[in-house]
Amino acid sequence: MSSEMPRGPLVDAAAAGPVTGNYVTGDHGHTVGCGCGHAHAAPIDHDALISARGLWFTRQSRDVIAGIDLDVHPREIVTLIGPNGAGKTTLVKLMLGIERADRGEIYKPSTTVIGYVPQRFDIERAIPMTVGRFLALGHAVADGDIRRVLSDVGAQRTEHQQLAQLSGGETQRVLIARALLRRPNLLVLDEPARGVDYVGEADLYDLIGRLRDERGLGVLLVSHDLHVVMAKSDRVLCINGHVCCSGQPSAVAQHSEYARLFGPRAAGALAVYTHHHDHQHDLSGAPHPVESAGSGASHDGQGA
Amino acid sequence: MFDWPEPFVLRALVASLVLAIVAAPLGCIVLWRRMAYVGETLAQSSLLGVAFGLALNLDLTLSVILAAVVAALILIWFGQQKLLALDSVLGLMHHAALAMGVIAITLLKGPSIDLMGFLFGDVFAVTNDDLVWVLVGGGLVLAVMVALWRPLVRVSLHEDLATAEGIDPRFVRGAFDILLAVTIAVAMKIVGILLVMAFLIVPSVAARPLASTPERMAVIAAIVAMLGVFGGLYASLMVDVPGGPSIVLAMSALAVMSLLAARRRSG
Repeated sequence: MSSEMPRGPLVDAAAAGPVTGNYVTGDHGHTVGCGCGHAHAAPIDHDALISARGLWFTRQSRDVIAGIDLDVHPREIVTLIGPNGAGKTTLVKLMLGIERADRGEIYKPSTTVIGYVPQRFDIERAIPMTVGRFLALGHAVADGDIRRVLSDVGAQRTEHQQLAQLSGGETQRVLIARALLRRPNLLVLDEPARGVDYVGEADLYDLIGRLRDERGLGVLLVSHDLHVVMAKSDRVLCINGHVCCSGQPSAVAQHSEYARLFGPRAAGALAVYTHHHDHQHDLSGAPHPVESAGSGASHDGQGA
Repeated sequence: MFDWPEPFVLRALVASLVLAIVAAPLGCIVLWRRMAYVGETLAQSSLLGVAFGLALNLDLTLSVILAAVVAALILIWFGQQKLLALDSVLGLMHHAALAMGVIAITLLKGPSIDLMGFLFGDVFAVTNDDLVWVLVGGGLVLAVMVALWRPLVRVSLHEDLATAEGIDPRFVRGAFDILLAVTIAVAMKIVGILLVMAFLIVPSVAARPLASTPERMAVIAAIVAMLGVFGGLYASLMVDVPGGPSIVLAMSALAVMSLLAARRRSG
Protein backbone atom coordinates (compact mmCIF):
# COMPACT_ATOMS: atom_id res chain seq x y z
CA MET A 1 0.00 0.00 0.00
CA SER A 2 2.41 2.68 1.12
CA SER A 3 5.94 2.66 2.31
CA GLU A 4 6.34 2.53 6.07
CA MET A 5 9.90 3.80 5.83
CA PRO A 6 10.26 7.44 6.80
CA ARG A 7 11.40 9.57 3.90
CA GLY A 8 14.13 12.12 4.00
CA PRO A 9 17.56 11.96 5.51
CA LEU A 10 16.61 10.05 8.63
CA VAL A 11 19.19 7.41 9.32
CA ASP A 12 17.42 4.39 10.70
CA ALA A 13 19.76 2.59 13.06
CA ALA A 14 18.29 -0.79 12.24
CA ALA A 15 18.73 -0.29 8.52
CA ALA A 16 21.98 1.61 8.34
CA GLY A 17 23.83 0.58 11.47
CA PRO A 18 25.41 3.05 13.87
CA VAL A 19 26.51 6.25 12.25
CA THR A 20 30.07 7.22 13.08
CA GLY A 21 31.37 10.39 11.63
CA ASN A 22 30.30 10.11 8.03
CA TYR A 23 28.87 13.61 8.26
CA VAL A 24 30.71 16.78 7.36
CA THR A 25 32.74 18.21 10.21
CA GLY A 26 34.79 21.07 8.82
CA ASP A 27 32.67 23.12 6.48
CA HIS A 28 29.13 23.09 7.66
CA GLY A 29 29.00 26.80 7.34
CA HIS A 30 28.43 27.88 10.91
CA THR A 31 31.55 29.98 10.82
CA VAL A 32 30.14 32.29 8.15
CA GLY A 33 28.95 35.35 10.04
CA CYS A 34 27.42 33.20 12.74
CA GLY A 35 28.58 34.62 16.02
CA CYS A 36 26.65 32.13 18.04
CA GLY A 37 29.84 31.16 19.78
CA HIS A 38 29.14 27.59 20.78
CA ALA A 39 31.30 24.65 19.79
CA HIS A 40 30.48 23.12 16.44
CA ALA A 41 30.88 19.75 14.86
CA ALA A 42 29.97 17.88 18.01
CA PRO A 43 29.49 14.21 17.19
CA ILE A 44 26.03 12.70 16.83
CA ASP A 45 24.60 12.02 20.28
CA HIS A 46 23.75 8.32 20.38
CA ASP A 47 21.98 8.62 23.74
CA ALA A 48 19.46 11.07 22.33
CA LEU A 49 16.02 10.09 21.05
CA ILE A 50 16.91 12.03 17.94
CA SER A 51 20.11 13.87 17.08
CA ALA A 52 20.70 16.31 14.23
CA ARG A 53 24.00 17.82 13.12
CA GLY A 54 24.71 20.65 10.73
CA LEU A 55 21.29 20.76 9.08
CA TRP A 56 20.97 23.02 6.04
CA PHE A 57 17.78 23.62 4.12
CA THR A 58 17.81 26.14 1.27
CA ARG A 59 14.79 27.22 -0.75
CA GLN A 60 14.70 29.94 -3.43
CA SER A 61 18.34 30.74 -2.56
CA ARG A 62 17.39 31.51 1.05
CA ASP A 63 18.89 29.45 3.86
CA VAL A 64 15.76 28.58 5.84
CA ILE A 65 17.87 26.36 8.09
CA ALA A 66 21.57 27.21 8.27
CA GLY A 67 23.66 24.72 10.22
CA ILE A 68 21.48 23.71 13.15
CA ASP A 69 22.40 21.01 15.67
CA LEU A 70 19.58 19.64 17.80
CA ASP A 71 19.28 16.78 20.29
CA VAL A 72 16.28 15.66 22.33
CA HIS A 73 16.95 13.26 25.20
CA PRO A 74 14.53 11.01 27.10
CA ARG A 75 12.46 13.00 29.66
CA GLU A 76 13.77 16.26 28.22
CA ILE A 77 11.54 19.12 27.08
CA VAL A 78 13.13 21.23 24.35
CA THR A 79 11.25 24.35 23.27
CA LEU A 80 11.93 26.03 19.92
CA ILE A 81 11.19 29.73 19.63
CA GLY A 82 11.93 32.30 16.96
CA PRO A 83 10.30 35.00 14.85
CA ASN A 84 7.91 34.18 11.99
CA GLY A 85 9.77 32.60 9.10
CA ALA A 86 12.68 31.61 11.35
CA GLY A 87 12.44 28.00 10.19
CA LYS A 88 10.85 26.44 13.30
CA THR A 89 8.27 24.41 11.40
CA THR A 90 10.82 23.54 8.70
CA LEU A 91 13.19 22.23 11.36
CA VAL A 92 10.40 20.08 12.80
CA LYS A 93 9.60 18.73 9.32
CA LEU A 94 13.26 17.84 8.81
CA MET A 95 13.36 16.04 12.16
CA LEU A 96 10.19 14.10 11.22
CA GLY A 97 11.46 13.19 7.75
CA ILE A 98 8.66 15.12 6.02
CA GLU A 99 11.22 17.35 4.31
CA ARG A 100 14.71 16.37 3.24
CA ALA A 101 17.71 18.41 4.41
CA ASP A 102 20.11 19.63 1.74
CA ARG A 103 23.07 19.00 4.05
CA GLY A 104 23.59 17.58 7.47
CA GLU A 105 22.51 14.45 9.20
CA ILE A 106 19.76 13.23 11.47
CA TYR A 107 20.24 10.14 13.58
CA LYS A 108 17.19 8.41 14.98
CA PRO A 109 17.72 5.14 16.89
CA SER A 110 15.36 2.37 15.84
CA THR A 111 13.89 2.42 19.36
CA THR A 112 12.62 5.98 18.93
CA VAL A 113 8.91 6.22 18.16
CA ILE A 114 7.75 9.74 17.36
CA GLY A 115 4.26 10.99 18.15
CA TYR A 116 3.67 14.04 15.96
CA VAL A 117 1.14 16.69 16.96
CA PRO A 118 0.79 18.98 13.91
CA GLN A 119 -0.65 22.48 13.76
CA ARG A 120 -4.37 22.03 14.10
CA PHE A 121 -5.17 24.78 11.58
CA ASP A 122 -4.11 22.54 8.70
CA ILE A 123 -6.80 19.89 9.30
CA GLU A 124 -9.11 19.66 6.27
CA ARG A 125 -12.53 20.59 7.58
CA ALA A 126 -14.43 19.42 4.48
CA ILE A 127 -14.02 15.81 5.63
CA PRO A 128 -16.73 14.62 8.03
CA MET A 129 -14.85 13.01 10.90
CA THR A 130 -15.82 12.09 14.42
CA VAL A 131 -13.09 12.20 17.04
CA GLY A 132 -13.46 8.45 17.59
CA ARG A 133 -13.06 7.67 13.88
CA PHE A 134 -10.07 10.02 13.62
CA LEU A 135 -8.29 8.30 16.49
CA ALA A 136 -8.90 4.85 14.98
CA LEU A 137 -7.96 5.87 11.43
CA GLY A 138 -5.10 3.87 9.98
CA HIS A 139 -4.19 1.69 12.95
CA ALA A 140 -5.88 -1.00 14.97
CA VAL A 141 -7.16 0.30 18.32
CA ALA A 142 -9.73 -1.10 20.71
CA ASP A 143 -12.72 1.01 21.78
CA GLY A 144 -11.36 0.99 25.33
CA ASP A 145 -8.04 2.43 24.14
CA ILE A 146 -9.77 5.39 22.54
CA ARG A 147 -11.78 6.21 25.66
CA ARG A 148 -8.72 5.78 27.87
CA VAL A 149 -6.46 8.01 25.78
CA LEU A 150 -9.18 10.66 25.51
CA SER A 151 -9.55 10.75 29.28
CA ASP A 152 -5.74 10.83 29.62
CA VAL A 153 -5.69 14.11 27.68
CA GLY A 154 -8.86 15.47 29.29
CA ALA A 155 -11.10 15.25 26.21
CA GLN A 156 -13.34 12.32 27.14
CA ARG A 157 -16.54 14.11 26.13
CA THR A 158 -15.48 14.63 22.52
CA GLU A 159 -15.51 11.03 21.25
CA HIS A 160 -18.69 11.35 19.19
CA GLN A 161 -18.28 14.99 18.20
CA GLN A 162 -17.13 16.24 14.82
CA LEU A 163 -13.44 17.11 14.68
CA ALA A 164 -14.19 20.36 12.84
CA GLN A 165 -16.54 21.58 15.59
CA LEU A 166 -14.17 21.29 18.55
CA SER A 167 -12.61 24.31 20.24
CA GLY A 168 -8.91 25.01 19.67
CA GLY A 169 -7.86 23.50 22.98
CA GLU A 170 -10.03 20.40 22.46
CA THR A 171 -8.65 19.85 18.93
CA GLN A 172 -5.14 20.08 20.32
CA ARG A 173 -5.90 17.49 22.99
CA VAL A 174 -7.40 15.13 20.40
CA LEU A 175 -4.29 15.51 18.23
CA ILE A 176 -2.14 14.70 21.26
CA ALA A 177 -4.35 11.67 21.91
CA ARG A 178 -3.75 10.40 18.37
CA ALA A 179 -0.01 10.83 18.83
CA LEU A 180 -0.15 8.92 22.15
CA LEU A 181 -1.93 5.96 20.51
CA ARG A 182 1.31 5.26 18.64
CA ARG A 183 3.00 4.67 22.05
CA PRO A 184 5.76 7.20 21.35
CA ASN A 185 8.81 7.97 23.44
CA LEU A 186 9.27 11.31 21.69
CA LEU A 187 6.45 13.81 21.33
CA VAL A 188 6.83 16.55 18.70
CA LEU A 189 4.33 19.43 18.93
CA ASP A 190 4.12 22.31 16.46
CA GLU A 191 2.72 25.46 18.11
CA PRO A 192 0.16 23.62 20.27
CA ALA A 193 -0.86 26.81 22.09
CA ARG A 194 -1.26 29.11 19.08
CA GLY A 195 -4.64 30.80 19.18
CA VAL A 196 -5.36 29.55 22.71
CA ASP A 197 -5.66 32.04 25.59
CA TYR A 198 -3.08 32.04 28.42
CA VAL A 199 -5.22 29.89 30.70
CA GLY A 200 -5.74 27.34 27.93
CA GLU A 201 -2.04 27.51 27.12
CA ALA A 202 -1.14 26.84 30.75
CA ASP A 203 -3.56 23.88 30.80
CA LEU A 204 -1.96 22.41 27.68
CA TYR A 205 1.53 22.83 29.15
CA ASP A 206 0.32 21.15 32.36
CA LEU A 207 -0.84 18.21 30.23
CA ILE A 208 2.42 17.98 28.27
CA GLY A 209 4.46 18.23 31.48
CA ARG A 210 2.34 15.50 33.09
CA LEU A 211 2.84 13.23 30.06
CA ARG A 212 6.59 13.77 30.33
CA ASP A 213 6.58 13.03 34.06
CA GLU A 214 4.30 9.99 33.88
CA ARG A 215 5.54 8.38 30.68
CA GLY A 216 9.12 9.62 30.51
CA LEU A 217 8.61 11.11 27.05
CA GLY A 218 11.08 13.40 25.38
CA VAL A 219 9.31 16.50 24.09
CA LEU A 220 10.20 18.80 21.19
CA LEU A 221 7.82 21.75 21.28
CA VAL A 222 7.54 24.72 18.94
CA SER A 223 6.27 27.80 20.74
CA HIS A 224 4.41 30.61 18.98
CA ASP A 225 5.58 33.11 21.62
CA LEU A 226 9.09 34.57 21.65
CA HIS A 227 9.19 35.35 25.35
CA VAL A 228 6.68 33.17 27.18
CA VAL A 229 7.36 29.44 27.09
CA MET A 230 6.46 26.28 28.95
CA ALA A 231 7.88 26.53 32.47
CA LYS A 232 9.04 22.91 32.48
CA SER A 233 11.23 23.43 29.40
CA ASP A 234 14.67 22.02 30.14
CA ARG A 235 16.14 23.91 27.23
CA VAL A 236 14.94 26.76 25.04
CA LEU A 237 16.45 27.19 21.60
CA CYS A 238 15.88 30.53 19.91
CA ILE A 239 16.37 30.00 16.19
CA ASN A 240 16.42 32.32 13.23
CA GLY A 241 17.85 30.15 10.49
CA HIS A 242 20.62 29.19 12.90
CA VAL A 243 20.57 28.90 16.71
CA CYS A 244 20.63 32.51 18.02
CA CYS A 245 20.79 31.62 21.68
CA SER A 246 19.73 28.88 24.02
CA GLY A 247 19.21 28.50 27.72
CA GLN A 248 16.75 27.78 30.49
CA PRO A 249 13.59 29.75 31.14
CA SER A 250 12.94 31.41 34.47
CA ALA A 251 9.70 31.34 36.42
CA VAL A 252 7.06 33.90 35.57
CA ALA A 253 6.80 34.64 39.29
CA GLN A 254 10.20 36.37 39.16
CA HIS A 255 8.79 38.88 36.69
CA SER A 256 6.00 40.69 38.46
CA GLU A 257 4.59 42.23 35.28
CA TYR A 258 4.14 38.81 33.65
CA ALA A 259 2.68 37.29 36.81
CA ARG A 260 0.12 40.09 37.02
CA LEU A 261 -0.67 39.73 33.32
CA PHE A 262 -1.26 35.98 33.30
CA GLY A 263 -2.81 35.57 36.73
CA PRO A 264 -1.79 33.11 39.43
CA ARG A 265 -3.44 30.16 37.69
CA ALA A 266 -1.27 30.36 34.56
CA ALA A 267 1.89 31.60 36.24
CA GLY A 268 2.89 28.10 37.38
CA ALA A 269 2.95 26.58 33.91
CA LEU A 270 4.37 29.54 31.99
CA ALA A 271 7.89 30.88 32.15
CA VAL A 272 9.81 33.82 30.78
CA TYR A 273 12.71 33.25 28.46
CA THR A 274 15.32 36.01 28.46
CA HIS A 275 17.29 36.22 25.22
CA HIS A 276 21.06 36.74 25.30
CA HIS A 277 22.02 37.42 21.70
CA ASP A 278 25.47 38.50 20.65
CA HIS A 279 24.33 39.38 17.14
CA GLN A 280 21.49 40.96 15.24
CA HIS A 281 19.79 40.11 11.98
CA ASP A 282 19.51 42.56 9.09
CA LEU A 283 16.44 42.70 6.87
CA SER A 284 17.64 39.78 4.76
CA GLY A 285 18.04 37.73 7.93
CA ALA A 286 21.84 37.63 7.80
CA PRO A 287 23.38 37.78 11.28
CA HIS A 288 25.81 40.56 12.33
CA PRO A 289 27.78 40.74 15.58
CA VAL A 290 26.76 43.35 18.12
CA GLU A 291 29.51 45.24 19.98
CA SER A 292 27.61 46.08 23.14
CA ALA A 293 26.77 42.62 24.30
CA GLY A 294 23.93 42.44 26.78
CA SER A 295 22.03 45.33 25.26
CA GLY A 296 19.16 42.92 24.96
CA ALA A 297 17.86 40.82 22.17
CA SER A 298 16.01 42.54 19.41
CA HIS A 299 13.40 40.54 17.63
CA ASP A 300 11.38 41.65 14.67
CA GLY A 301 8.95 43.99 16.33
CA GLN A 302 7.96 41.79 19.26
CA GLY A 303 9.13 43.61 22.35
CA ALA A 304 8.39 42.14 25.75
CA MET B 1 -48.58 -4.21 -14.89
CA PHE B 2 -44.79 -3.83 -14.93
CA ASP B 3 -43.20 -3.78 -18.37
CA TRP B 4 -39.69 -5.17 -18.58
CA PRO B 5 -37.66 -2.27 -20.03
CA GLU B 6 -36.16 -2.37 -23.49
CA PRO B 7 -32.58 -3.76 -23.65
CA PHE B 8 -31.10 -0.34 -24.46
CA VAL B 9 -32.75 1.12 -21.38
CA LEU B 10 -31.50 -1.76 -19.25
CA ARG B 11 -27.96 -1.31 -20.55
CA ALA B 12 -28.09 2.43 -19.83
CA LEU B 13 -29.42 1.76 -16.33
CA VAL B 14 -26.82 -0.88 -15.40
CA ALA B 15 -23.88 1.14 -16.77
CA SER B 16 -25.01 4.33 -15.02
CA LEU B 17 -25.68 2.60 -11.69
CA VAL B 18 -22.31 0.84 -11.66
CA LEU B 19 -20.50 4.06 -12.48
CA ALA B 20 -22.54 5.97 -9.89
CA ILE B 21 -21.28 3.57 -7.20
CA VAL B 22 -17.65 3.63 -8.44
CA ALA B 23 -17.58 7.42 -8.81
CA ALA B 24 -18.97 8.20 -5.34
CA PRO B 25 -15.82 7.61 -3.23
CA LEU B 26 -13.67 9.29 -5.89
CA GLY B 27 -16.00 12.30 -5.85
CA CYS B 28 -15.56 12.59 -2.07
CA ILE B 29 -11.76 12.66 -2.37
CA VAL B 30 -11.96 15.20 -5.23
CA LEU B 31 -14.15 17.40 -3.03
CA TRP B 32 -11.85 17.11 0.02
CA ARG B 33 -8.68 17.69 -1.94
CA ARG B 34 -10.27 20.46 -4.05
CA MET B 35 -9.30 18.68 -7.25
CA ALA B 36 -12.30 19.57 -9.41
CA TYR B 37 -10.09 21.53 -11.80
CA VAL B 38 -7.70 18.58 -12.13
CA GLY B 39 -10.68 16.38 -13.00
CA GLU B 40 -11.97 18.85 -15.59
CA THR B 41 -8.55 18.92 -17.24
CA LEU B 42 -8.36 15.12 -17.33
CA ALA B 43 -11.86 14.98 -18.84
CA GLN B 44 -11.12 17.51 -21.58
CA SER B 45 -7.80 15.84 -22.37
CA SER B 46 -9.63 12.59 -22.95
CA LEU B 47 -11.26 14.12 -26.05
CA LEU B 48 -7.82 13.86 -27.64
CA GLY B 49 -8.12 10.13 -27.00
CA VAL B 50 -11.19 10.06 -29.22
CA ALA B 51 -9.17 11.71 -31.99
CA PHE B 52 -6.29 9.25 -31.59
CA GLY B 53 -8.71 6.34 -31.55
CA LEU B 54 -10.31 7.52 -34.80
CA ALA B 55 -6.93 8.18 -36.45
CA LEU B 56 -5.37 4.84 -35.49
CA ASN B 57 -8.61 2.88 -35.71
CA LEU B 58 -8.40 1.76 -32.07
CA ASP B 59 -11.17 0.90 -29.67
CA LEU B 60 -12.46 4.34 -28.63
CA THR B 61 -12.93 3.51 -24.94
CA LEU B 62 -9.39 2.14 -24.72
CA SER B 63 -7.86 5.16 -26.45
CA VAL B 64 -9.84 7.54 -24.24
CA ILE B 65 -8.61 5.73 -21.11
CA LEU B 66 -5.03 5.89 -22.40
CA ALA B 67 -5.30 9.62 -23.17
CA ALA B 68 -6.71 10.37 -19.71
CA VAL B 69 -4.00 8.32 -17.99
CA VAL B 70 -1.28 10.08 -20.02
CA ALA B 71 -2.81 13.43 -19.03
CA ALA B 72 -2.78 12.28 -15.38
CA LEU B 73 0.90 11.29 -15.65
CA ILE B 74 1.72 14.72 -17.12
CA LEU B 75 -0.11 16.41 -14.21
CA ILE B 76 1.68 14.19 -11.66
CA TRP B 77 5.00 15.16 -13.22
CA PHE B 78 4.13 18.86 -13.22
CA GLY B 79 2.93 18.59 -9.63
CA GLN B 80 6.39 17.46 -8.53
CA GLN B 81 8.37 20.26 -10.15
CA LYS B 82 8.48 23.70 -8.60
CA LEU B 83 8.95 25.84 -11.72
CA LEU B 84 5.29 26.30 -12.63
CA ALA B 85 2.30 26.41 -10.30
CA LEU B 86 -0.07 23.51 -10.95
CA ASP B 87 -2.90 25.96 -11.56
CA SER B 88 -1.02 27.54 -14.48
CA VAL B 89 -0.49 24.11 -16.00
CA LEU B 90 -4.15 23.22 -15.54
CA GLY B 91 -5.30 26.53 -17.00
CA LEU B 92 -3.20 25.88 -20.08
CA MET B 93 -4.00 22.18 -20.56
CA HIS B 94 -7.68 22.47 -19.73
CA HIS B 95 -9.06 24.33 -22.74
CA ALA B 96 -6.12 23.71 -25.07
CA ALA B 97 -6.89 19.99 -24.84
CA LEU B 98 -10.58 20.58 -25.57
CA ALA B 99 -9.80 22.82 -28.56
CA MET B 100 -7.27 20.36 -29.94
CA GLY B 101 -9.67 17.48 -29.49
CA VAL B 102 -12.54 19.22 -31.29
CA ILE B 103 -10.28 20.28 -34.20
CA ALA B 104 -8.63 16.87 -34.50
CA ILE B 105 -11.96 15.03 -34.52
CA THR B 106 -13.44 17.43 -37.08
CA LEU B 107 -10.39 17.08 -39.37
CA LEU B 108 -10.36 13.32 -39.11
CA LYS B 109 -14.01 12.56 -39.69
CA GLY B 110 -15.42 15.72 -41.13
CA PRO B 111 -18.14 17.75 -39.45
CA SER B 112 -20.63 14.88 -39.68
CA ILE B 113 -19.32 13.13 -36.55
CA ASP B 114 -21.47 13.49 -33.47
CA LEU B 115 -19.37 15.78 -31.27
CA MET B 116 -22.38 16.32 -29.02
CA GLY B 117 -22.24 12.65 -28.07
CA PHE B 118 -18.71 13.07 -26.74
CA LEU B 119 -19.38 16.38 -25.05
CA PHE B 120 -22.66 15.46 -23.32
CA GLY B 121 -22.68 11.67 -23.49
CA ASP B 122 -25.10 9.28 -25.07
CA VAL B 123 -26.23 6.96 -22.32
CA PHE B 124 -28.85 5.15 -24.41
CA ALA B 125 -26.21 4.23 -27.00
CA VAL B 126 -24.28 2.10 -24.47
CA THR B 127 -23.41 -1.20 -26.19
CA ASN B 128 -22.69 -4.59 -24.68
CA ASP B 129 -18.97 -3.93 -25.25
CA ASP B 130 -19.27 -0.63 -23.34
CA LEU B 131 -20.97 -2.50 -20.54
CA VAL B 132 -18.00 -4.87 -20.28
CA TRP B 133 -15.66 -1.86 -20.02
CA VAL B 134 -17.83 -0.34 -17.30
CA LEU B 135 -18.05 -3.56 -15.29
CA VAL B 136 -14.36 -4.54 -15.59
CA GLY B 137 -12.91 -1.02 -15.41
CA GLY B 138 -15.31 0.09 -12.69
CA GLY B 139 -14.72 -3.07 -10.67
CA LEU B 140 -10.96 -2.59 -10.85
CA VAL B 141 -11.16 1.08 -9.84
CA LEU B 142 -13.45 0.24 -6.92
CA ALA B 143 -11.14 -2.55 -5.71
CA VAL B 144 -8.08 -0.26 -5.74
CA MET B 145 -10.10 2.52 -4.08
CA VAL B 146 -11.04 0.21 -1.22
CA ALA B 147 -7.37 -0.70 -0.72
CA LEU B 148 -6.22 2.94 -0.90
CA TRP B 149 -9.12 4.44 1.04
CA ARG B 150 -7.52 4.90 4.45
CA PRO B 151 -4.22 6.36 3.21
CA LEU B 152 -6.22 8.62 0.91
CA VAL B 153 -8.40 9.88 3.77
CA ARG B 154 -5.33 10.43 5.96
CA VAL B 155 -3.42 12.32 3.26
CA SER B 156 -6.53 14.42 2.54
CA LEU B 157 -7.11 15.18 6.23
CA HIS B 158 -3.56 16.31 7.06
CA GLU B 159 -0.76 15.56 4.64
CA ASP B 160 2.11 16.28 7.05
CA LEU B 161 0.59 14.12 9.78
CA ALA B 162 0.08 11.25 7.33
CA THR B 163 3.65 11.64 6.04
CA ALA B 164 5.10 11.70 9.55
CA GLU B 165 3.13 8.53 10.30
CA GLY B 166 4.79 6.71 7.42
CA ILE B 167 2.55 7.26 4.37
CA ASP B 168 4.22 8.33 1.12
CA PRO B 169 1.82 11.05 -0.07
CA ARG B 170 3.29 11.19 -3.58
CA PHE B 171 2.44 7.54 -4.16
CA VAL B 172 -1.08 7.90 -2.79
CA ARG B 173 -1.77 11.08 -4.78
CA GLY B 174 -0.34 9.62 -8.00
CA ALA B 175 -2.35 6.42 -7.69
CA PHE B 176 -5.51 8.44 -7.09
CA ASP B 177 -4.88 10.66 -10.13
CA ILE B 178 -4.67 7.56 -12.34
CA LEU B 179 -7.85 6.05 -10.83
CA LEU B 180 -9.59 9.36 -11.45
CA ALA B 181 -8.43 9.40 -15.07
CA VAL B 182 -9.73 5.87 -15.72
CA THR B 183 -13.08 6.63 -14.07
CA ILE B 184 -13.53 9.84 -16.02
CA ALA B 185 -12.68 8.09 -19.30
CA VAL B 186 -15.20 5.30 -18.69
CA ALA B 187 -17.95 7.61 -17.38
CA MET B 188 -17.52 9.92 -20.39
CA LYS B 189 -19.70 7.55 -22.45
CA ILE B 190 -22.64 8.25 -20.16
CA VAL B 191 -22.51 11.92 -19.24
CA GLY B 192 -19.91 13.28 -21.67
CA ILE B 193 -16.72 15.28 -21.21
CA LEU B 194 -18.39 18.48 -20.03
CA LEU B 195 -20.60 16.91 -17.36
CA VAL B 196 -18.47 14.03 -16.10
CA MET B 197 -17.02 15.97 -13.14
CA ALA B 198 -20.53 16.92 -12.02
CA PHE B 199 -21.39 13.20 -12.11
CA LEU B 200 -18.49 12.65 -9.66
CA ILE B 201 -18.77 15.67 -7.38
CA VAL B 202 -22.46 16.56 -7.06
CA PRO B 203 -23.44 13.38 -5.12
CA SER B 204 -20.61 14.10 -2.63
CA VAL B 205 -21.84 17.67 -2.20
CA ALA B 206 -25.27 16.25 -1.38
CA ALA B 207 -23.78 13.70 1.02
CA ARG B 208 -21.52 16.07 2.99
CA PRO B 209 -24.14 17.54 5.36
CA LEU B 210 -25.68 14.11 5.97
CA ALA B 211 -22.48 12.26 6.91
CA SER B 212 -20.54 11.98 10.17
CA THR B 213 -17.57 9.95 8.90
CA PRO B 214 -15.71 9.74 5.56
CA GLU B 215 -17.01 6.22 4.92
CA ARG B 216 -20.63 7.26 5.47
CA MET B 217 -20.13 10.20 3.14
CA ALA B 218 -18.97 7.83 0.37
CA VAL B 219 -21.91 5.47 0.92
CA ILE B 220 -24.47 8.29 1.03
CA ALA B 221 -22.91 9.80 -2.11
CA ALA B 222 -23.34 6.45 -3.86
CA ILE B 223 -27.01 6.30 -2.82
CA VAL B 224 -27.63 9.88 -3.98
CA ALA B 225 -25.90 9.10 -7.28
CA MET B 226 -28.08 6.02 -7.84
CA LEU B 227 -31.23 8.01 -7.06
CA GLY B 228 -30.04 10.62 -9.56
CA VAL B 229 -29.53 7.91 -12.19
CA PHE B 230 -33.04 6.51 -11.67
CA GLY B 231 -34.65 9.95 -11.65
CA GLY B 232 -32.63 11.25 -14.58
CA LEU B 233 -33.16 8.25 -16.85
CA TYR B 234 -36.85 8.13 -16.01
CA ALA B 235 -37.32 11.81 -16.80
CA SER B 236 -35.25 11.42 -19.96
CA LEU B 237 -37.50 8.62 -21.26
CA MET B 238 -40.74 10.38 -20.26
CA VAL B 239 -39.97 13.83 -21.66
CA ASP B 240 -37.50 12.77 -24.37
CA VAL B 241 -34.51 14.86 -23.25
CA PRO B 242 -30.83 13.71 -23.27
CA GLY B 243 -29.97 11.13 -20.57
CA GLY B 244 -26.63 12.38 -19.25
CA PRO B 245 -27.73 15.97 -18.56
CA SER B 246 -30.95 14.65 -16.98
CA ILE B 247 -28.95 12.48 -14.56
CA VAL B 248 -26.71 15.40 -13.58
CA LEU B 249 -29.77 17.66 -13.16
CA ALA B 250 -31.49 15.10 -10.92
CA MET B 251 -28.31 14.77 -8.81
CA SER B 252 -28.07 18.56 -8.54
CA ALA B 253 -31.69 18.80 -7.36
CA LEU B 254 -30.92 16.25 -4.62
CA ALA B 255 -27.81 18.22 -3.63
CA VAL B 256 -29.75 21.49 -3.37
CA MET B 257 -32.37 19.78 -1.20
CA SER B 258 -29.66 18.33 1.06
CA LEU B 259 -27.91 21.67 1.45
CA LEU B 260 -31.17 23.52 2.16
CA ALA B 261 -32.16 20.91 4.75
CA ALA B 262 -28.73 21.25 6.44
CA ARG B 263 -29.12 25.03 6.52
CA ARG B 264 -32.52 24.77 8.16
CA ARG B 265 -31.24 22.29 10.72
CA SER B 266 -28.31 24.47 11.73
CA GLY B 267 -30.72 27.35 12.30
